[in-house]
Amino acid sequence: MSKPHDSAPDAQVPSLRSLQDQFASNTRYPASADEKLAFYRQMLLIRRFEEKAGQLYGLGLIGGFCHLYIGQEAVAIGLQSALNPEVDSVITGYRDHGHMLAYGIDPKIIMAELTGRHSGISRGKGGSMHMFSTAHKFYGGHGIVGAQVALGGGLALAHQYNEDGGLCLAYFGDGAANQGQVYETFNMAALWKLPIVFVVENNRYAMGTAVERSSAETEFHRRGAAFRIPGMHVDGMDVLQVRQAAEVAFAYVRDGNGPVLMECSTYRYRGHSMSDPAKYRTREEVQEFKEQRDPIEAIKRLLVEDGTAEDDLRAIDKEIRAIVAAAADFAETSPEPEPEELYTDVLVDSYSGSAPAIPAAEHAR
Amino acid sequence: MTAPAKGADASAERRLNMIEAINEALDIMLARDPDVMIFGEDVGYFGGVFRATAGLQAKYGKTRVFDTPISECGIIAAAIGMGAYGLRPVAEIQFADYIYPGLDQIVSEAARIRYRSAGEYTAPLTVRSPFGGGIFGGQTHSQSPEAMFTHVAGLKTVIPSTPHDAKGLLIAAIEDNDPVIFFEPKRIYNGPFSGFYDRPVEPWKRHPDSVVPEGHYRIPLGEARRVSEGEAMTVLAYGTMVHVVDAVAREKGIDIDLLDLRTLVPLDIEAIARSVERTGRCMVVHEATRTSGFGAELAALVQERMFYHLEAPVMRVTGFDTPYPHSLEWAYFPGPVRIGEAMDRLLQD
Ligand SMILES: Cc1ncc(C[n+]2csc(CCOP(=O)(O)OP(=O)(O)O)c2C)c(N)n1
Ligand SMILES: [Mg+2]
Repeated sequence: MSKPHDSAPDAQVPSLRSLQDQFASNTRYPASADEKLAFYRQMLLIRRFEEKAGQLYGLGLIGGFCHLYIGQEAVAIGLQSALNPEVDSVITGYRDHGHMLAYGIDPKIIMAELTGRHSGISRGKGGSMHMFSTAHKFYGGHGIVGAQVALGGGLALAHQYNEDGGLCLAYFGDGAANQGQVYETFNMAALWKLPIVFVVENNRYAMGTAVERSSAETEFHRRGAAFRIPGMHVDGMDVLQVRQAAEVAFAYVRDGNGPVLMECSTYRYRGHSMSDPAKYRTREEVQEFKEQRDPIEAIKRLLVEDGTAEDDLRAIDKEIRAIVAAAADFAETSPEPEPEELYTDVLVDSYSGSAPAIPAAEHAR
Repeated sequence: MTAPAKGADASAERRLNMIEAINEALDIMLARDPDVMIFGEDVGYFGGVFRATAGLQAKYGKTRVFDTPISECGIIAAAIGMGAYGLRPVAEIQFADYIYPGLDQIVSEAARIRYRSAGEYTAPLTVRSPFGGGIFGGQTHSQSPEAMFTHVAGLKTVIPSTPHDAKGLLIAAIEDNDPVIFFEPKRIYNGPFSGFYDRPVEPWKRHPDSVVPEGHYRIPLGEARRVSEGEAMTVLAYGTMVHVVDAVAREKGIDIDLLDLRTLVPLDIEAIARSVERTGRCMVVHEATRTSGFGAELAALVQERMFYHLEAPVMRVTGFDTPYPHSLEWAYFPGPVRIGEAMDRLLQD
């Protein structure tokens, strides 16, 4: 892989459609029976985990902001199953539970972060939107819309600088795609041929704003064209398609060709966050996705067609419910962080500014 | 300094919460001035995530009230450009925590265009933004960044604490010919918050300052409001903390002279001086982090101007110098325990 200063300005530019053409010639990943089963299991884990998170929110055990990934499971699973976890990095926005679960991060410590407990992955100080795992090269979990895309550019530059062969997978939403910093990063990534795959999870809405009402170019995969970044357009409700697209994109990026912009068309079944009744869209639209395009039902059908016994699927179901129940238990019973935790990890050395020591906590009143 | 709104005439016994008061101010300004328009994320079709702009697009159309992409830099810059061209834009930044992508435009352009063009061009925009914590928002939905703006010459910073003031101050902000950052304490949108978070939520309708006169009225920028009159000490606060301080003082039976600053820039230093010269003790309370917070400026001003009247050092009660946590919100929040202890200490000094 070349360093920025090596890349000749007249380096050959690939056709912007070459990847899409390659992908279009064969859009389905030829998954083995085991792989299909694994996809099913992982997507189901996300679904059930998120349903449980929704319940805990309803019970008041999770506070503040909580964005569920239900409906979008195939995107994270299709892409992340194709990564090399040893070297690749992932970064995303605030709708991050699914991406963490896709990486096999322990559901217990994710759920405990949602409930703000000391055993949570960010010790309760990050919450739903701000979770990280160095062990999995998962760089968060970012509440500021669009910021993660630019940070992903930095991760990719680090991969390139270290010549570690890794790539960065940077997810963002259709709404985030309108932040200016995204395009600063597109330019740098293309200019320096950074190993990064930009993934737009186009779920049609940014909060209450439908794509058509906020975006001049609604085909997000074309938005790299001005920077000569090849685009791909993928059905994000089909895990085998997503996985196949990942194969194509990752191979291209690993060859040192620079960034790819992949748009995954998907849908979130729930409101934007827990407080959103989602009145800006029709019931029919939601029903259509749930009933006709559900990614989990689709892979389940394939498994059944392949002869997987219903009993085996039910056993997986049961196993996952148990995992999620255990995560919820853990998240409910773990203690909250001590007030002293307020001051840890502000800077390397513990620092309390000019402020007095933390007095008796308000809640000790 | 104006008198408390408590005397608002009984014939106008219309009670609004802060959201309704803000909505009404916007409505009035849209009706009065064709140069006023409102834009921001989800403000049009959706009516704003806190409903502050509900119904306005339906009433005034999409040219006057419109949704923007998620592009804070672009939103603020567009408002500055429109303002320079003679319009009077009101931009909403959905949460104060998202204002930073637009900070360069505010600091380098909005705040300085008047100065560097020797008054040829101005930027009479208003940036409305909900700020502050107490809603379990964690670090990206709870911040109080007001001091970043008061530190920039060429900006005005306004923070209402009641529905009555929110309406009058917002109208004044929109009519003002300078750029105004208008921070709305979101914790008290629906009711005054005493800081005793485990008590039932109070609605605005039982609070005297929820009486909001109909029609156009303006509260001049730069006039503090005296919330309570007392001899024991002066307390300077704004936004949510006005109510917390008030509740603590009542609970403890301390007769404080409580000033709600309402605008940080311009600051009603005369009202502060009159009060501190009388009480000889001064406490500043804000939710924002302590170091270089607006309390530091207030403490400096008070000792510069009123040193010989002071019987004790100026005391600050503030948020800790940490990011806003997800958990431990009530340990972070400068609530009744911290304020109460500080009052006791200040009286002993
Ligand atoms: C800089 C910034 N502006 C605004 C917000 C508020 N906000 C949070 S999520 C969101 C919508 C984002 O939509 P999209 O990128 O499509 O992602 P999705 O929620 O659909 O996954 C908005 C406006 C924010 N968090 N950060
Ligand atoms: Mg979206």
